[in-house]
Amino acid sequence: MTLSAVVPAARLTRPEPEVIESALGGIPRGALTEIAGLPSTGRTAFLYSLLATASSGEEFCALIDTENAFDPVSAAASGIRLSQLLWVRCNGNVEHAIKVADLLVQAGGFGLVAIDFGDTPPKVVQRIPLAAWFRLRQAIGNTKTVLVCVAQRIHARSCSALKIELTRDRILWRGRFPARLLEGTRITANCERSHRTQQTRLTIQAVSEPRQ
Amino acid sequence: MFACLHAPGNLPLLLECAAYFSPLIEEETSRDDVVFDVHGLNLIHGTPEKIAAEIHRRIGIPANIALAPNPDAALHAARGIPGITVILPGSEATTLAPLSLRLLGGSPELARTLDLWGLRTFGDFAALPPVGVAARLGDEGIRMQQLARGEANRQLRHRTDPLEFRETIEPDTPIDLIEPLLLLISVTLHRLCDRLRSNSLATNEISIVLILERAPEHPITLRFPVPMLDPMVFLKLLHLDLNNRPAPAPVEKIHIEMIPVQTRKLQHGLFLPAAPEPEKLEVTLARIRNLVGPANVGAPELLDTHRPDSFRTTALRMTPWQGIKQYSPQLVLRRFRPPRPVRVWCTDTGQPRKIISPIKEWRVVACAGPWRTSGDWWKGEPWHLDEWDVEVSDNSLFRIHQDHRQSRWCVEGSYD
Repeated sequence: MTLSAVVPAARLTRPEPEVIESALGGIPRGALTEIAGLPSTGRTAFLYSLLATASSGEEFCALIDTENAFDPVSAAASGIRLSQLLWVRCNGNVEHAIKVADLLVQAGGFGLVAIDFGDTPPKVVQRIPLAAWFRLRQAIGNTKTVLVCVAQRIHARSCSALKIELTRDRILWRGRFPARLLEGTRITANCERSHRTQQTRLTIQAVSEPRQ
Repeated sequence: MFACLHAPGNLPLLLECAAYFSPLIEEETSRDDVVFDVHGLNLIHGTPEKIAAEIHRRIGIPANIALAPNPDAALHAARGIPGITVILPGSEATTLAPLSLRLLGGSPELARTLDLWGLRTFGDFAALPPVGVAARLGDEGIRMQQLARGEANRQLRHRTDPLEFRETIEPDTPIDLIEPLLLLISVTLHRLCDRLRSNSLATNEISIVLILERAPEHPITLRFPVPMLDPMVFLKLLHLDLNNRPAPAPVEKIHIEMIPVQTRKLQHGLFLPAAPEPEKLEVTLARIRNLVGPANVGAPELLDTHRPDSFRTTALRMTPWQGIKQYSPQLVLRRFRPPRPVRVWCTDTGQPRKIISPIKEWRVVACAGPWRTSGDWWKGEPWHLDEWDVEVSDNSLFRIHQDHRQSRWCVEGSYD
C-alpha cells in the first residue's frame, strides 16, 4: 500500500486547469510530493497554483521559504489568499527549514505545507539526511495535509509519494520591440508515483502577469 | 433569610467574613455594616441560630449579628441590638419594636415630624394606623412604617468585584533559574485562569513584569490571536519567551495581569475544512519564532503602494477567508532579496544586450520593456525604476531594473 492510498478520497481539486488534476491523478494528502526543475521551469507557478487551490478552499497553508524568494504580489495575483498563508522565512538555513516543516506538520490542521528549496544549491539540499525525510513522511502519514517540496532536483527518493519533474519547452513572447510582451512559458511535467513505473507527460502553459 | 454584620470601622473584615458564607453580598451601604444572603446555609449549618453562631465563630471580633427574613429588618436589628439576634418570620415587628427611631433613617423633615408627634421607638411608629400615616406623611411615611414593622421586602443590590485579573508574587529569595520561576508563576496562572473561567471569560493578552535585583524590570507580553484559557499553553509560551530572552538578573517580584475578554464562540460544521488548533498553533509559532526570528514568521499583507516588494507580515488570522473565489494561473517572480547588482550593456536603442554579474555573464536573447515606475517623491524615500523582462543565454528569465536615482542595474528576481 502506498502512502497516497491511505487517504485515497482526499484529493486537492482545482477549478481550473482540470487537465493537471486528471493527468496527475491529484496531489496526495498525507504524503510528500516533490516538484523539481531548474530555475524558470515553472516550479513556483506550479506551487502557487496548489497554494491558491488550497487557500481558496478555505484551508490554511504554510510556505517555508528557505531563500526568502516569495513574492507576495505574484502570490496574490496567482489567487493565493495571503491572510490564510503562514510565511516562514529561513534566510538560507536548510536545517531550519526542515525543522519548521516538522513543527508545522506535527501541529496539524494545515491543508498544505510547502518547503521551497527552489534557489538553494542542490549540493546543500543533498546534505539533508534521508532520516529527516523519513521523519517528515512518518509525521504526515496520518494527517490530511499535503506536504510539497520544491527543489532543483529530486532529493527525498522513496519518501515522496509523487515526483513531478518540470522542464521548460519554450518561452512565449508576443510582438516586436518596443511593443514586445512576455506572454508565458510552455512547460512539460514528468510525473512518477511511488512504487509505480507509470509516467505521465503533460504540457502546461503558465501565463505572464499583465504589465501596466 | 438575610444576615447583617455590624462592627464600626471593620468593613474589610466584615466583607471577608460575608464572602466566606455567601457570594451574594449587598453593595456598600455604610462603613459599618454588611448585609448578605444566607439562603441555603441551613443545608450546611442547620437552624438560623446555628448559622448565626457559625458566623460569630468565623468573624472573630466583637460584632452585632442579625438574621432576619428581609435585609432591612436584619440591618436595623444589627444596628440596634447588641450580640446575636435571630428574627423568625412573623416576629419582625415585635423584635424591632424597642429600637430607637433614629435608626430608621429617612428625611430630616419626617424625623422632625415623628419627634413632634412624640414617637420615640419603632414600635410607637408601627402602632399608628397606616391610612392615617399615608394621609399625613405620604409615600415616604408608608415606606418608613413598613421598615419600622420589619415588613419591607426588597431584593439585595449585589456587590460586584471589579473584573481585574492581576496578582503579584514576592518570593522569599530572588530566583535566578527558569524552572523554579515557572513553577511559581504556574500556580498563579492556574488561579487566574480559574477566576476567568468562573466569570465565563478568557484572555487574549497576558502581561508579566519581572522586577529584577539591581537591574531594570523585564516586561513580557504574550498576545494571542484568539481568546484562550489554557494555563499550560500560557506557561509553555512563557517558557519559550524566557528561553529566547532570559531575564538578566535574579527575579525579586513578579506582576501578572490577564486582560479579560469574551470567550471564543465557534460554530462547528461537518463540512468545514480543518484549521490548526489555536492553542497548539500558538505554541508551534512561538517555537518557530525562536528558531528563525520573530520578524520572519507571519501572514504576508500587501501595502497600498506601487513600490516594488512592498509588504508587511501580520499575525495569521484564524477566520477562514470567505469571498468570491478567483483563480488565474500566473508566471510568478522569485525575488532576490536584496536585488543583485549587475552591469548591463545596452544597444543603441536602449535594450539590454549583455548582463555581467560578479560570478557569471549572460547574453540577452530577448527582452521586453521598459516599464517605468516611480513614486514617493513627496516622501523621504523616492524610487524611480525602469523594469525589463529578459531571457538570457542559459534559458533563464529574469526581471532586471535600472535604478535612475542610484544609477545602477539590479536583477530583481527570476520568473519561475
